Amino acid sequence: MRELISIDDLSAQDLADVLDLATQFAEVQKRDMPKVPALRGRTVVLAFFEDSTRTRTSFDIAARRLSADVVNFSAGASSLKKGESLRDTIETITAMGVDAIVVRHASSGVPTAISGWTDAAVVNAGDGWHQHPTQALLDSFTIRDHFGSLEGKRIALVGDILHSRVARSNAAAFSKLGAEVVVVAPKTLLPSTLDGWPVTVETNLDAVIGDLDVAYFLRIQKERMGSGLLPSDREYRTRYGLTVERAARLADDALIMHPGPMNRGVEIDPEVADDPRAVVLGQVANGVPVRMAVLYSVLGPGRFDHEDELEAVAAS
Amino acid sequence: MTTTVIAGGRILDQAGERSGDVLVDDETGLIVEVGPSLSGDRTLDATDSVTVPGFVDLHAHLRQPGNEAAETILSASRAAAKGGYTAVIAAPDIEPCADSASVVSDVMALGAVALCDVVPAAAISVGRSGEELAPLGELADLGVRLFSDEGHGVQNAGFMRNALDYASSVGTVDGAPLVLAQRCDVASLSIGAQMHEGEWSSRLGLGGAPAEAEELMVMRDIALARLTGARVHFQCLSTAGSIAMVRAAKAGGVAVTAEVTPHHFTFTHEACSSYDTNTKVSPPLRTTDDVAAIKAGLADGAIDAIATDHAPHAPDDKERPFDQTSAGVIGLETAFAVALTELDIDLAAIVGLLSWQPAQIAGLADRHGRTIEVGAPANLAVIDPHHRWIVKPSELSSRSRNTPFAGRELTGKVRHTIHHATPVVENFEATR
Repeated sequence: MRELISIDDLSAQDLADVLDLATQFAEVQKRDMPKVPALRGRTVVLAFFEDSTRTRTSFDIAARRLSADVVNFSAGASSLKKGESLRDTIETITAMGVDAIVVRHASSGVPTAISGWTDAAVVNAGDGWHQHPTQALLDSFTIRDHFGSLEGKRIALVGDILHSRVARSNAAAFSKLGAEVVVVAPKTLLPSTLDGWPVTVETNLDAVIGDLDVAYFLRIQKERMGSGLLPSDREYRTRYGLTVERAARLADDALIMHPGPMNRGVEIDPEVADDPRAVVLGQVANGVPVRMAVLYSVLGPGRFDHEDELEAVAAS
Repeated sequence: MTTTVIAGGRILDQAGERSGDVLVDDETGLIVEVGPSLSGDRTLDATDSVTVPGFVDLHAHLRQPGNEAAETILSASRAAAKGGYTAVIAAPDIEPCADSASVVSDVMALGAVALCDVVPAAAISVGRSGEELAPLGELADLGVRLFSDEGHGVQNAGFMRNALDYASSVGTVDGAPLVLAQRCDVASLSIGAQMHEGEWSSRLGLGGAPAEAEELMVMRDIALARLTGARVHFQCLSTAGSIAMVRAAKAGGVAVTAEVTPHHFTFTHEACSSYDTNTKVSPPLRTTDDVAAIKAGLADGAIDAIATDHAPHAPDDKERPFDQTSAGVIGLETAFAVALTELDIDLAAIVGLLSWQPAQIAGLADRHGRTIEVGAPANLAVIDPHHRWIVKPSELSSRSRNTPFAGRELTGKVRHTIHHATPVVENFEATR
């Protein structure tokens, strides 16, 4: 793996390899000194052109635990505001000699474009409505950790599918790992066609809720309300929220997931958010070893000979 | 006086194909002799080539005045001449907007140095805002025949009806009717659209415009053309439904005409999968079925003209995220070659779509697209239909480089272009 832009670029085996590697890094996390020298001397730039607290922090911690040097680049302080083209900005950053560039951008396709302009390894930390592959990996990791495998699991992605990079990357990853994915949303929040998506479609959450292994609720943006796409957050909760009543119909060993930040009382009722089946904080925690695995995969094996080192670290 | 002979080739125009040399005189600007073995002060070799009436582009954004970093009238005219054009209709979406006699006069003055005729189009409404009618009569008196608000077209049906009624009552010096040209797009259906709404927009996470955004306005404007009896020209049609409606309207006797662009019959929305900003155009690249319908419309006469919608954007304007970049591609220098390479229709039909048919729509048929005969204005292109070449953006004459055809091999190239009996392109190179 030279870069990570879209789950579509990965095979089921690639996904399994990253998750296996993440399992090793998760072990490292449990130590008193949760840091390995695997990427010592490598420089990782976190280029976040869109605000993000958890993803940026998670990548930052992951890179530091691999002993990489981390540089934060924030759009607010950059020349982009002065009208510099994106290409000029990226070429300026990479001219300083960086090994990987982790990109978050509000526009779909930016990591793909950047990949054509730089030799540094590009890792997509979320682009527009397109992809958020490390979220898909950490969610797959969380589900695998709970059930042992995603094979045959029935997973519903509920909410704003149309505007969601999480929906696009998670549907692809879950399906490649053998799960059966259903997307649940009103037609105003679905793409006009789902041709090419490995999913089935349901507009009524109650029709599937009793039959799920994982109920995955997407964040709903406030600006969708009253715009003609949705009447109100109250109606959204009634039809697509995980209410106490719906939670009661969900299987005992099912998982309740959400990529955060959660709108309590809209996507998930407050009492349900603290249900033992809800693993939202577990998802966040798993972000670190998964992102360590991704950074190691793009900067480590195949690029630099760190495998022996990793094994030695894992064995110590 | 200097005479130039186009020697050793064949001639192709509305009258058919034949062999013959063509002698032109730059003092009168006319063809002075057509026949075998002519001689003149200078000779353009036309061996294995075909002399045709020069091309007429109904739809090109020349960017001057306003955005000279992207293009100037001179640089665009150089690209046009290399593409075989002897006349280009300059779109009115410049800064300031071409909605007044003074701006149109400025464009005409800038066009005096061009390598082809630069014929301004003007806006239908003041500032292209769709609210207040531009002075169509005053502009017609200056020679403007084609009016367009560009962008999304005139949104308000009542305003469009009034504009058509008014246009049809404006008399012109030569009797050619005024034509209101529409880039059809119901803007409320394409808010945030970056590409065609379909399988690829769904996968790529980009906002889409459904085919219906275009088709609803085509439907409306056919109805308004029928109601008012005025002339409507549809710009850059991109969907099968639009083409079917135009075909049916023509069969029903409604006075509408239509153009399509080379990129719309070459690429589908799948081209956007690389997020290459040179695949972002308006209207967007559509589906395989739409491409097939465009080709069928070109073959059966539903579509009257191939136009470029030449839309130069400076590199820094295209090196932005897909949803922040301007839509549009350049096309003057590649249009003929792309048409010959991509379309399965004969050379005469392609030349008609590029030359005499658009000349008729633009009211230029007295000077462009004419039969090649003694006494006709000498606006000609000499094309080598077998010349194979690879499109290299750096070799194009436009100031901008935003072509979607970069790296493609094309068959057919314009060898010489003669504007007003003066060679402006000789052996594939502009003379100035």
